Parts: sequence; C-alpha cells; structure tokens
Amino acid sequence: MFVYADNAATAKMRACALRAYEETAKNFYGNPSSLHSCGQRAKEVLEDCRARVAHILGAQPREIVFTSGGSEADNQAILSAARFGAKKGKKTIVTSAIEHHAVLHPLETLEKEGFRVVLLPVGEKGIVDPKDVAAVLDESVCLCSVMLANNEIGTIQPVKEIAALCKEKHILFHTDAVQAVGHIPVNVKEIGCDYLSVSAHKFGGPRGVGVLYARTGVPLSPLIEGGAQERGKRAGTEDLPAVAAMTVALEEAISEMPAAGKKLTVLRDELIEGLSSIPHSALNGDKEKRLPGNVSFCFEGIEGESLLLLLDDKGVCASSGSACTSGSLDPSHVLLAIGRVHDVAHGSLRLTLGMENTEEEIKYLLKVIPEVVEYLRGFSPVWRDLKEGKRQYIL
Amino acid sequence: MSLYSEKVMDHFRNPRNVGVIEDADGVGEVGNAKCGDIMKMYIKVRDGILVDVKFETFGCGSAIASSSMATEMIKGKPISEALTLTNKAVAEALDGLPAYKMHCSVLAEQAVQAAILDYYKKNNIPYDGSQFKCEHCAHDGEEE
Repeated sequence: MFVYADNAATAKMRACALRAYEETAKNFYGNPSSLHSCGQRAKEVLEDCRARVAHILGAQPREIVFTSGGSEADNQAILSAARFGAKKGKKTIVTSAIEHHAVLHPLETLEKEGFRVVLLPVGEKGIVDPKDVAAVLDESVCLCSVMLANNEIGTIQPVKEIAALCKEKHILFHTDAVQAVGHIPVNVKEIGCDYLSVSAHKFGGPRGVGVLYARTGVPLSPLIEGGAQERGKRAGTEDLPAVAAMTVALEEAISEMPAAGKKLTVLRDELIEGLSSIPHSALNGDKEKRLPGNVSFCFEGIEGESLLLLLDDKGVCASSGSACTSGSLDPSHVLLAIGRVHDVAHGSLRLTLGMENTEEEIKYLLKVIPEVVEYLRGFSPVWRDLKEGKRQYIL
Repeated sequence: MSLYSEKVMDHFRNPRNVGVIEDADGVGEVGNAKCGDIMKMYIKVRDGILVDVKFETFGCGSAIASSSMATEMIKGKPISEALTLTNKAVAEALDGLPAYKMHCSVLAEQAVQAAILDYYKKNNIPYDGSQFKCEHCAHDGEEE
C-alpha cells in the first residue's frame, strides 16, 4: 500500500490547479507589464486572481502581493517592519520559540545587526500564552510575529488575542499562516493582523508561489528590486500560471473546508488514539487546538530517520523532527520548545493527512508504525537500558 | 531514498550481526542519546581472534549501516587487525556516506575500539594506549 502522509510538506496539486496552470500558460502568455492587448489580457487575469485571493482572505486587492512562496512572504514582512522600526529607534522583535525557520533565520540575521529578539515560550501544549506576549510588549518593540498554526505539531495559536494586544500598543503584527490557509478559516480582518504569509503548495496549489498580505498603510519594502510589478513591492515578471493555479486551488480548498475538516479530524483522532497504544510514546502538542490533519508523536528509544526510511520501504511517506533528517546536530527546535528532551525529540514522527487519505490507509499506518517501532527498539541499546531499568523512561 | 548508497540501504535494511552476546568478552558503548546516536558493540575472543561480534544501535540509517558493516569487517579477524579499522574504511566499504553522516562511521570505529579496550581491561591484558584513539570516549554513553 502507498500512503502519502506528508501533506504539510507539500500537498498534491489539485486537478483544477493543474488545469488552470496549463490553460493560463497557453492562453495568457503575454507579459502583464506589456502595453499590447496580449499583455493586457494577462494583466486582467492577474488582477482577477488578486481580487479573488483578497476576497477569500478578507483583504483589499491592493493589500495582496504575490511572492515566490511562504518563506519570501515571511522574510519580506519581517524585514520591512524591522527597517521601519529601526528608523524610529525601535529595535526589539517579539516572536515565538516554535516559528518556522523562514521567520527565525531572518530574525537571527537582524540580531547580528543589533536587533533584540524576544522568544515567547509555548509550554508543553505548544501554544503561546497571550499573557506572556502582553508582558514583553514595550516601547522598544517594532514587530511581533506569531504563526497561526505550527508546521510540525499543528498547534493553533491565539493570534487574534495577540494581534489585539499589539494593536493597543501600536506594534506591527505578522502571522505566518502557511499551514493554516486552506485548512482552517483565515480572515485578516477577523485576526486583525498587519501582515500574513501564505504558501500555495500547502493547499494543492503549485510550489514556488505564495502571498504576502500587507495591510494598507503598513511599511513594505521590496526584497527583490528591478521593476514596478506588484506596485513596486516585488520586482520580476509575475508567474501568472502559478498565480492562477493557486487561486483556483484556494477557492476549491475553501469550498471543501467544512467537509475536509470533519473527515480529517476523524482520521487524525483515530490515528492519535491508535499510536497512543504504543508503549512509551506521546503526542506532541495540544490534542484539541491543532490542525485537522496533523499527527505528531515521539517514540522513546528509537531515532526518527531510521523510522522514516523503514516506513518509506513500506510505502509510507512521512517526516520527522529528528536531527538526522535535517542535516543538523540538534533535533527540532519545536519539540525542544514543548519540553521534549533531546533523547526523546530524536524519535519523532509527523504524519499530515489530506483529503485523499482513506480509512484503509489509517488502518495500514496503525499496522506498520507499531511494527517498525518495535523492530527498531529490538536492537536499540537505549531501549534495552530502559527495559532493564538502567535508564529512566521519560515518556 | 537516494540520500544513501545501495550498500548503505542494504546494511540498514538487513543489518548483519545484530543482537547481544550474553557472555561477551568485551563490550563497548559510544555516542550518547542526546546526540541521537548510540552504538554498543559486543565481542567474543578466542586466541586473539574475534570469533563473534554483535551490535545494537540507536541511531539513523547510516549509524545502523555503519555498525553492521564494521562488524562484518572485523568478525573472524585478529584483534590486531580490528584495531586498525578506520572510519574511512567503513565509509568506503559502504560506497560512501553523505558528508554530514561521516560521524556515524567514526562511531563505528570507536565502538570497535571500545569493545576491545574493555576486553583488555577485564582480562588485565597490557595494551598500548596509543592504539586507542578514543579511550576517553568509551564511556560517553553512560553520561546524561
């Protein structure tokens, strides 16, 4: 059996998106910046897509900037707000300890340039407490960036409350909504955010395209210069086929969201319940306040990469926060932030479900995962020490 | 996955000499759980020959494959030869490892040495300390 359970990495492109991609590339090949009718027809498609995406997000079309994806959107929002803050002498940025690297890495760069970065804790449930945010928002803060939903453990953050706190103190608020858009309701007005990042390939659009929502009036400087595209905020000829494909994928994701939410929550909870019966294992992140398709576990006594490789042999595509899968020495910062110690964080597994996953596939996962975990524990010296009482169980 | 060579995947999927030697003459454990790799090597010695070798590993695909390959390379060999096993030889026998996985082959080399050192110490056999690159690391696994 083949089971694709890595939808949070990239979801399969929707048929409607593939069609839109091909048709747009074929029929609207003109450059939207060209004056001739061929270019202007392409421009019309571009602006139509912008209006449709804006409508779904609750934004104005002029507040939508098409980017190369979520990482670019995160980078642009953060650097724009930071530059603006620096001019006013505000050089503190508040963010959570579980952000995606597309947020954390530009912040590390800013730290080297003299900014102060405050990392908010998330507790063992993996959720930021707005009280912790309130406690650190002072005069020196120019930006607060907290993700809407976490990419590893799927936890949903109280961004509405955090945005309100920021607004009160005239602090810009950005949210990385890459994992949320297309999966749970997201409306920029309801959240009250100043910036919001979107990536198309997480909801069945193509890779390499995304959106930065930037509220009218907020500072926004281009990362890429060299043309007047996107109102001068993002140079480069627009990837119109990708934008058109993203737009229809988003519309379809929104229309099937109620059904998908129900279906995925059932499959997710079945998977969580089944995996919980593996001894000395634990779910990562809050059980309720998490994305409908996200299942993240730690299994004591084994290492995540070997688990992934063996699951791949059995037709299961999944991911892990293990250090060995990332090429770094440390396991996932997200798992460490929720209090998993290194030994345990190395043995993590993330399964992210999509609409194409079936009940039979869940049953298959619940058959093969315990088998593989048991097999690996069978020759793990750590597991032996745990069994023989030479080492204390953590989970 | 094409991250690893066919050889690595073969030793990972079908590890040789997996398990425990209950009455081992020497046991070496290197690495630590914090870093995500622990290798435990068991040896049985007769007349200076490693007549049996087994291993247990907590770690990634290349750590398991490196342990497996290392046991194959020293089993049936004289201790003197096993002591010359280098991480490079293990990695080469596996048709190479990705650069950031080379430490797995280092662990395999150290695990072999730690097991032999343990054998020497248990039997009060005098040894040349300079032969052991990792005397200090033989007990890393017991910390933390």
